Amino acid sequence: MILIAIISLGGIGVVGAVLLYAASKKFEVYEDPRIAQVQDVLPAANCGGCGYPGCSGFAAACVKAESLDSLFCPVGGADVMNNVASILGKEASTSDPMVAVVRCNGTCEARPRTNQYDGAKNCAIAASLYGGETGCSYGCFGYGDCVSACTFDAIHINPETLLPEVIDDKCTACGACVKACPKNIIELRKKGPKSRRIFVSCINKDKGGIAKKACDNACIGCSKCQKECPFEAITIENNLAYIDYQKCRLCRKCVPVCPTNAIHELNFPPRKEAVETKETQEETK
Amino acid sequence: MENKLIISPSPHIHGGDSISKNMYGVLIALVPAFLVSLYYFGLGALIVTAVSVLSCVIIEYLIQKFLRKQEPTIWDGSAILTGVLLAFNLPSNLPVWIVIIGALAAIGIGKMPFGGLGSNIFNPALIGRVFLLISFPAQMTTWPVPEALSTHYMDAETGATVLSLIKGGTNNLPSYADMALGNMGGSLGEVSAIALLLGLVYMLVRKIITWHIPVAIIGTVAIFTGIMHGVAPYTYANPAVHLLSGGLLLGAIFMATDYVTSPMSKAGMIVYGIGIGVLTTVIRLFGSYPEGVSFAIIIMNALTPLINSYIKPKHFGGK
Amino acid sequence: MLRTFRIGGIHPPENKLSAGKKITPLAIPEQVIIPLSQHIGAPAQAVVKKGDVVKVGTLIGKSGGFVSANIHSSVSGKVNKIDNAIDASGYKRSAIYIDVEGDEWEESIDRSNQLAKTCALSAKEIIDKITEAGIVGMGGATFPTQVKLMPPPGNKAEVLIINAAECEPYLTSDHSLMMEKGEETLCGISILMKAIEVDKAVIGIEKNKPDAISHFENLAKEYKGIEVMPLKSRYPQGGEKQLIDAVIRRQVKSGSLPISVGAVVQNVGTAYAVYEAVQKNKPLIERVVTVTGKNVSNASNLLVRIGTPISKLIDAAGGLPVNTGKIIGGGPMMGKALISTEVPVTKGSSGILLLSEAEAVRKPMYNCIRCAKCVNVCPMGLNPTLLMDATEFSNWELAEKNNIVDCIECGSCSYTCPANRVLLDYIRLGKGKVMGIIRARKS
Repeated sequence: MILIAIISLGGIGVVGAVLLYAASKKFEVYEDPRIAQVQDVLPAANCGGCGYPGCSGFAAACVKAESLDSLFCPVGGADVMNNVASILGKEASTSDPMVAVVRCNGTCEARPRTNQYDGAKNCAIAASLYGGETGCSYGCFGYGDCVSACTFDAIHINPETLLPEVIDDKCTACGACVKACPKNIIELRKKGPKSRRIFVSCINKDKGGIAKKACDNACIGCSKCQKECPFEAITIENNLAYIDYQKCRLCRKCVPVCPTNAIHELNFPPRKEAVETKETQEETK
Repeated sequence: MENKLIISPSPHIHGGDSISKNMYGVLIALVPAFLVSLYYFGLGALIVTAVSVLSCVIIEYLIQKFLRKQEPTIWDGSAILTGVLLAFNLPSNLPVWIVIIGALAAIGIGKMPFGGLGSNIFNPALIGRVFLLISFPAQMTTWPVPEALSTHYMDAETGATVLSLIKGGTNNLPSYADMALGNMGGSLGEVSAIALLLGLVYMLVRKIITWHIPVAIIGTVAIFTGIMHGVAPYTYANPAVHLLSGGLLLGAIFMATDYVTSPMSKAGMIVYGIGIGVLTTVIRLFGSYPEGVSFAIIIMNALTPLINSYIKPKHFGGK
Repeated sequence: MLRTFRIGGIHPPENKLSAGKKITPLAIPEQVIIPLSQHIGAPAQAVVKKGDVVKVGTLIGKSGGFVSANIHSSVSGKVNKIDNAIDASGYKRSAIYIDVEGDEWEESIDRSNQLAKTCALSAKEIIDKITEAGIVGMGGATFPTQVKLMPPPGNKAEVLIINAAECEPYLTSDHSLMMEKGEETLCGISILMKAIEVDKAVIGIEKNKPDAISHFENLAKEYKGIEVMPLKSRYPQGGEKQLIDAVIRRQVKSGSLPISVGAVVQNVGTAYAVYEAVQKNKPLIERVVTVTGKNVSNASNLLVRIGTPISKLIDAAGGLPVNTGKIIGGGPMMGKALISTEVPVTKGSSGILLLSEAEAVRKPMYNCIRCAKCVNVCPMGLNPTLLMDATEFSNWELAEKNNIVDCIECGSCSYTCPANRVLLDYIRLGKGKVMGIIRARKS
């Protein structure tokens, strides 16, 4: 009895093995082994930040491409691209590390509500309807399309200000939130040394008076910062200041002159004068 | 204008329909059948129904509150409805503890693990019934004999159902009038065809359900059993007996039409109904169980996602 | 058995509070704000500048493309500025502000009330006049009328269908226009028939307007080829594809234009505007607007100059009720919620509806119970709950495969849903995304 069982089961096993072997030979798909090698050094986040469908798609593109100039993995950064380049024997492209920056400063106190939204809590849906719950039609809705777009848990809505905040260490600059934001508030900017960076936290293009009425923290396009900047990094267009992060040398002179505190500095050590200027401003108010 | 204007996408008005309106609507439609069961099975029907409803509601409340940590939604009526439908599928002399196990299976296995109302794959009440039928076959197939305004519960006199009589090869069946009124053995809510049809009319008028599923099921069973009866009149009972006996009407009107587990397009509903009709007849005529409605519905519940993905609603202008 | 469209549909409470109210002209305001984008398509280009003196009917915005429309001054006075103004779109867009001085009209406009029945112009001349007058679909869609009258080559119109269904609850502007300007409207219809060279026109009127049906049936006896067809009251009968299905029993295929089944659909208000433009040289500078709502003390049908802030209309209807929660431009099913009372009346403003806070606030949303009621009411035969899920999870492939682009945004699904799901909110978003994807694929 046992013998029959062993023979029959063993026989089934052998037949199955032969079939599997034959199938694996017959239906084998040749894949460049370097694709797998490249994929191994990629972060495997499958975020799509490179513009390809997932890391394997990017790996295939790297192997196929003549040069790596137009290919960059924002998550892995220069290190990973160097590894990729050494595997493929090609030259890696260089790119500064970037980070997502939220350019809206309209906290609940600064931006009084003028109406009440009662639709689906989704920025894109609200944006198809109107400019938002406040007088500023450029500002953040706060319904978190960027949060759900982020695969790295690097952006969250602050429950007090109702504005999104980026966690620098987690942000990989994949750009998913930039694409998700219907108002184009989020921008990828140079991360800067020790994550130090300066930017105008507002994209309101209305005239100064209108912008200020809608939001206390709005950029009013007064051009004080432009005059202050020794490096000509600041341009004013459509009543809105913009700091070119390639030209900016992080001297911080523009920050205290802004009458609405629309220019933000991040991760700098505290400085004495800045505190004083802010206080004097508050006094004059 | 002090208050802020409200902004939302259109439409700006709502028809006022709600989940609870539909659920309580079905419950109202079940009232005639319940009254009949109270008349024929008396105290037993009352105890089994009350225990079933209470345990379903309590179990749902406990699971939502403590396991899923969400706001309990027991007042939407869906747990009450599951409780009533489960009770209607049980014999009226079933011991209380078995009823509670059935409720546990219905809500705890059939409904909440999938995510609660709207996400379950199978009709929860049927999961409860089938669970009990397999676990306690003896208790689940001893049926009390109807007795007007009975005060007996577990000590009620028992007898066979029409379907098991047929299976046994007897032709000594109750009269059609008795079958239509409900004066026969069976699960407590399934006996009266007239009361169940009254419920159907109510639900159709209130637009709680559409006619497609019940008509497809009843029509299929009638045609299929009609053919078989025509082929071999002495082996197979005539269609009228099949329609009036067992859980066919209860199943076709109240169990198969469960929103969550039935297809969404009208053509899909018809296919689903025909499937249930065919399976029911096959089980009844050729299977070892005398009754097959619950199994048929559960099998078709499982096929519902497939039906939904293959049979789309009729598209304007054609494809 | 009255006809209606054959798939889905709902019948919300009609609430036609202002039915039977006479059209009253509203006083000209001190300032009008005339947006340059009042229609579907490219915005018009301003052809006046600050300080220019204009008369009623002066061209102030020139059509900015093939699908665009001219814009004329609705008042006489001086251009105050050209600046951004919040309009019904909810965003600030370019508009011309005009300070009113007197009420002086361009000489070319015939202001007499005399009926001018005969029209000797050729089809092309008629279309040119319509283009010149800046006429757009008056039912709310605001599609430039002349574009619809010039079918793409290879297509021939067989029948003109006049949309007098007015299936939106509350609105009565078309109804009142039919009762008071019936002769003119019919004359406009015959001009439109001439423009597209058809000898048959059908006016579809829902049976909840029996007076309009009998009035038009009497008048139509004098016109050859114009037929009045009473329709069962059902929403969204005024949808172009639904109306064609109801009237001539043909269904326009997905992605096709009505002309593919030989039909051209025009709103009854458009027909009246066409009459005025062609026979009286009067551009589109005023329209009938219904101001209504359960708490409005004097719901009315007003004849309003384009550019009048809606606050003036609300004042004329008895003022803004204290408990107002929502102001809607258009009807309750497809209208847009407005964010301020300073939004101006535009060519497409068929009504102003004021809802109380209790009526306006949406009820909490629950899980889908798969009851398929949305599927049953969808007039396009779609599966709304599936499309909402596909959008929520950004599954554009699934959405496209299930014909999300065919959605006409009528809102029947959201209206019906017992779980208060915001089906249309998401479907509208998904439709936009999928249309973008399809466009990108084609180019």
